[in-house]
Amino acid sequence: MEIFWQNQKRSIIAVALLLVGLMSSMVVVPETEQAVVIRTGEPLYTINRFKPDAPFGQTGAGMRLVVPFIDRVVRVDKRVLALDMNPQQVLSSDQQRLQVDAYARFRIIDPVRMVESAGTSDGVRSQLEPILTSVLRQELGRRTFAAMLTAERGNAMSNIRRKLDEQAREYGAQVIDVRIKRTDLPEGTPLESAFTRMETDRQREAATIRAQGQKNAQIIRAEADAEAARVYAKSYGKDPKFYDFYRAMQSYDQTFARGEGRGESSIILSPNNDYLRQFRGKR
Amino acid sequence: MDILRGLTNRIGLAMNGKGPWGGNKGSGGAGSDGGSDAASGGSSGENPGSSGSEGNDKSGGPRNPWLPSGGDDARRSAKIEDIFKNRTPGGPQRGSGGGGGSGGPGFRMPQGPGGKSWAPIIALSMLAIWLAMSSAHLIGPKEKGVVQTIGIYSRTLDPGMNFTLPWPIELVAIENVSQIRAVQIPAGEEEKLILTGDQNLVNLSYLIRWNIKDLKKFKYELANPSETVEEVAEAAMRASVAEKTLDATFSGEGRAEIEERVRRRMQAVLDAYDSGVAVQGVQIDKTDPPARVVEAFKDVSAAQQDADAAINRSRATAQQILARAEGDTASFDKVYAQYRLAPEVTRRRLYYETMERVLSQTDKTIVETPGVTAYLPLPEIRKRTQQSGGAGISSATNPAQGQ
Repeated sequence: MEIFWQNQKRSIIAVALLLVGLMSSMVVVPETEQAVVIRTGEPLYTINRFKPDAPFGQTGAGMRLVVPFIDRVVRVDKRVLALDMNPQQVLSSDQQRLQVDAYARFRIIDPVRMVESAGTSDGVRSQLEPILTSVLRQELGRRTFAAMLTAERGNAMSNIRRKLDEQAREYGAQVIDVRIKRTDLPEGTPLESAFTRMETDRQREAATIRAQGQKNAQIIRAEADAEAARVYAKSYGKDPKFYDFYRAMQSYDQTFARGEGRGESSIILSPNNDYLRQFRGKR
Repeated sequence: MDILRGLTNRIGLAMNGKGPWGGNKGSGGAGSDGGSDAASGGSSGENPGSSGSEGNDKSGGPRNPWLPSGGDDARRSAKIEDIFKNRTPGGPQRGSGGGGGSGGPGFRMPQGPGGKSWAPIIALSMLAIWLAMSSAHLIGPKEKGVVQTIGIYSRTLDPGMNFTLPWPIELVAIENVSQIRAVQIPAGEEEKLILTGDQNLVNLSYLIRWNIKDLKKFKYELANPSETVEEVAEAAMRASVAEKTLDATFSGEGRAEIEERVRRRMQAVLDAYDSGVAVQGVQIDKTDPPARVVEAFKDVSAAQQDADAAINRSRATAQQILARAEGDTASFDKVYAQYRLAPEVTRRRLYYETMERVLSQTDKTIVETPGVTAYLPLPEIRKRTQQSGGAGISSATNPAQGQ
C-alpha cells in the first residue's frame, strides 16, 4: 500500500483535487428547488427559476457548473409553501368578537429578490405573517359578524390575498391563496352566550311543539263533540217531547240509583204525585 | 542498509508503477473494479516483499496462511522488481479476463489454495448488488414512480418491472397513487365546533378520502401536500357549513349537500394549487349539538313526543265521545220506534219502571196531609248514616222496601 502510495502520489492527489474541484463546482438543482448563484455577495443568476407554465422536465433543473469556492449557491424552495397564522381575535363592524385562523399559500417567484430581502423562505414567512394578520383584521373588521361567516367571505378573502400579494412581491414571493381555516367564537362570554341563545331557542321550540300538540288535541276533541252533537240532534230531534221524557227517566235512574260514590238520597213524596195516583185509589 | 535499499527500490517502483496503474485504469470499464483490484494486488505484493520489516506487522491475520507456501527467505531474496513485473500483466488481465489463472504463476500461486483472490468477486458482487438495487425497480399494481435524472424530471414509471440508470444518476421515488387515503378530522373524539350560517354551533366530524392523480405534481408542486389537503378540507368545510342553518346540518339532505360542496370546493382549491390530488369524497360522520346544550336539543324531541302523545289521547277521547253518541242515539232510536207504535202505554211503562228502580233504592217519606212537614226525621237519618255507614242504611231502608 505504501509503495502504491509512493508510486501513485501525484496521480492520486491530482485525481482527488479534480474530484473535489468537480464536486464543488457541480450543482444539482432538483425540480423542487431553484438556486441563486452569489459571487462575492452579488447575486449573479438563478438556476431553475419558477416559470408558471414550464412542464416538469423542461424547467431548467439539473446539473450546472459554477466557479468553485468563489460562487455561493443558495437553494430556495420552488414549491408552494405554507404560511400559517396564529389564531387572531377580530372585531366585526357590529362589535362582535370572532376568533379567526387563516392560512396562506405562497411561492417564491423571484429568488434573487428573496435572497436579497428576506434571506430564506422562513424569513419571508416571518415577514408576511404580521402583514397577513393586519390585513385580515382590516378587511374583516369592515364586515358584520354574519357577513364574516357566510356570503362575503370569498370577497374578503380575495381582497386579503391581493393586499398580501402586493406586500409579498417585495420579498420575491407570490401569494397564491389566502383562506380562513376557522372562525370561532372566543372562549368565555361570547361562547357562553351563544350556548345560552341556542338553549333558549330550543326551549322555545320545545314549548311551541308542546303547545301545538295541546291545540291539536283540543281541536280533535271539539270536532268529536261537534260530531256527537250532530248525531244526537239528528236522532233526538225527531221527537223532542219524547226525548225530554226518555232522558228524564235515564237521568232519574242515574241520579237516585244507589251505587259507589253517590250520595244518600231521601225522597219526600206528596200524595198528589203522579206515581201515587193509583196508590190513593183514585181514578 | 537494508531499509535504504528498499527505499531506493520503492522510488524506482514509483516511477515504474505509473505504467500499470494507467493501463489498468484504461482497460477497466468500471472504475471501482479496477481500483480495488489494483489495491489488493498492491497489498498482497507488498506483504511478501517486506515481511522482515514493518510490512509483516501491518498485514492482518488472514494473510498468514500464504506465508508457509511461499517460504520467507525465498520471498526476501526475490527482487521486488520481479514481483512487480509479474503483476504488470496480471493487473489488466484480471480486470478484463475476470480473474482467470493466466496471470504470472510466481505471483498468483501464493494468493490461495483456490488459485483465486476473493477481492474481485466481492467487488463484483457489490457492484452487481448496487446496480440491481438502484437500477431495477419493481412498481406495485397501485404504485407509480417518478424518475429524476440528475435533478431533472424525466419520466413516470408505470406498474411492473422498470429499469433506470443506477443511483446517483437517476433517482426514483415510488408512491402509492390509487390507494385512497382517508383523513379523519378531528382525529380524536374531541368536540369540534363549527359556526353555522344562523350563528349556532355544531359539533361535526368528517372524513376526507383522497388519492394522487398526478404524481409529479404531487411530488414537486407542494411543500407539504398531505397537510395542505387537511387545511383545504378544513377551510372548505367551515365555509360550507357557514352557508347552512343549524337544522340543515342535522338533516340528511343538508349534510349531503354540504359534503358535495366541500368536495367541489376542495377540488377547485387543490387544482388551483396544481397539487395533483384528487378528492374522492367527503363524508360527514356526525353532526351533533354542542355537549353544553345537548339537553335542550333532546327536550325538543321529547316535546315532539309529548305533543304526539296529547294528540293520541284526544283521538282516543274523541272516539269514545263519538261511540257514546252513536250508542245513545241508537238506543233512543230503537226505543222511539217502539214508542211510536204505542205511545201512551210505552210512556207509562217507562215511567213506572224508572220510578220503581229509583224509589226502591231510596228512603221514602210520604206526607199525606198538608201541614205536617215538621215530622221529617232528617237529623235522625243523618245520624244513622254516620254511625253505621252503608250497612246501616240498607238495614234502615229494608223495611221501607217491604211496603
